[in-house]
Amino acid sequence: MNPVMELGDYLWMTFAAFLTLATFSFLYKDNPLYKIAEHLVVGVSAGYFVIILYYGSLKTQLVEKLYDGQMVYLIPLILGVLMWTRFSKKLAWVSRYPIAIYIGIATGLAIPLEMQTKVTEQLQAMMVELHWGNLFDGGLLNYTNSFASLIIIIGSLAALIYFYFSKEHKGWFGGVATVGIWTLMLGFGASFGFTVMARISLLINRVQFLDQWRITSVGSAHQEGSGSYTAVYILILVGIFGLLAFDLIRTKGKTDTDLT
Amino acid sequence: MSNNSNKGFFDRVMLLDRRWVFLVLAVVVVSTYYIPMNVPVPASREVQTIFDAIEGLEEGQKILLAIDYDPNALAELHPMTYVIMEQCFRKKVGVIITSLSQNGPGMAEQAILDIVDSTALPKTYNGVSYPGREIVNGVDYAFLGYRAYFELVITGMGQNFRTFFSRDYYDVLLDSLPIMKDVQNYDDIEMVIDISGSNVVDAWIKYAAARYDVKLALGLTGVMTADYYPYLGSGRVFGLMGGLLGAAEYERLADNPGLAMDGMKVQVWAHLTIIAFIIIANIGYFGSHKKRGL
Repeated sequence: MNPVMELGDYLWMTFAAFLTLATFSFLYKDNPLYKIAEHLVVGVSAGYFVIILYYGSLKTQLVEKLYDGQMVYLIPLILGVLMWTRFSKKLAWVSRYPIAIYIGIATGLAIPLEMQTKVTEQLQAMMVELHWGNLFDGGLLNYTNSFASLIIIIGSLAALIYFYFSKEHKGWFGGVATVGIWTLMLGFGASFGFTVMARISLLINRVQFLDQWRITSVGSAHQEGSGSYTAVYILILVGIFGLLAFDLIRTKGKTDTDLT
Repeated sequence: MSNNSNKGFFDRVMLLDRRWVFLVLAVVVVSTYYIPMNVPVPASREVQTIFDAIEGLEEGQKILLAIDYDPNALAELHPMTYVIMEQCFRKKVGVIITSLSQNGPGMAEQAILDIVDSTALPKTYNGVSYPGREIVNGVDYAFLGYRAYFELVITGMGQNFRTFFSRDYYDVLLDSLPIMKDVQNYDDIEMVIDISGSNVVDAWIKYAAARYDVKLALGLTGVMTADYYPYLGSGRVFGLMGGLLGAAEYERLADNPGLAMDGMKVQVWAHLTIIAFIIIANIGYFGSHKKRGL
């Protein structure tokens, strides 16, 4: 990316950097800067969506078709308008008709495909052919093929048994149920690991963005005074970290829960 | 109000202000970002299959790239979009882009503009030299934009793209775009790659992959990834990129390191920090319980 950009773009980028820092200021505590950033996100998102919805859907899918004389589109228009009767206590019952039609269509479309993708095909995927001869590969467990299949079969059956509540979880049945809950825990662990990675990714992205802003700032100054831009950047980071550390030391003995 | 002065080590660990965790993580992330370091990112089978599938496409073939995420998922999903889009443009594979997430069109447009700029420059990937070339809207790609009710839109595209997208994002008639000339529905494209940070992905699985037997691969946020592995096992999707790691694996395969590869070294240190905090918290938990004889 060319570090030198138009002044307008650079100002927007600087504003985005300010909003990033304002959002992170919530980690210190709730404050007006954070509120500004939060309200801007909600307001801008809602405004953007309204425009996208009108030009992307209402205009092309309804208004233009009606102008073209395709009167069949009056039906969805009427159904859509009827939805608004929910705001009248007297006429709210009318909105049930368009809702019923929408739910009917959505359910009809979804149920067979839900069954297919989430039940039938998952059962088929479990019914794998085990090749006992391939359980080991070069003296090691063949975890990419046969051993993985064995794990899937044992894990799935054990997890299903854990959710079988008509028999007390004792004896061999309880043992299998314990294997089931361990399988579930492994699944939750994988989800937790991915979630941690996702959250850290957001932080990394903001650090990358702030660094890009710093590089762009240096570029915008055409190298003149580039050192001062970097110094400002370092000062901001040290200032934020220092403020948080100072407050943590100052409020020693009080948890953040006590403070709020 | 609690007072830590009378408490032992284990109790103090349990009462640690969570902002210490934030502070330490922030310092680790920022400091390791500036340390030059490479971490190995071996490609998993589920990412390799996506790369191989796109690499195996020939000039003139087309894919549908669904950019179904909002700015909140940009950190993980933008790198996937960038690397796949550039790979397609370099190989002269046509890309039809849809965006069925509310704030997705902005994401898609930003990616298109950046990759169009990038493809204008000559580059070498995996030992193959690609000359810079101009990417033309309507010829090399078509951006169809956003339509509401993604379930119906995805179902409708199975019959004809024009059912919901008579015009593209820039209000140009689809029939006037050369790339869309021979494209009626999913039968006329090679595959769908859905980069998603929302439940739009469920609709792609059900209404495109299951209903129309479309070849589908997914790029998902880390939070979602574990939930979609079963579809890989059942064969309903042929590839899966999970979070920043999935993006980094793809960047490595494409020999096009970007923000994801750049972020992985930081991920390693951040994860080690979190593991250390988990161990400390567990020591505190078991220590304080043991002290009380619980």
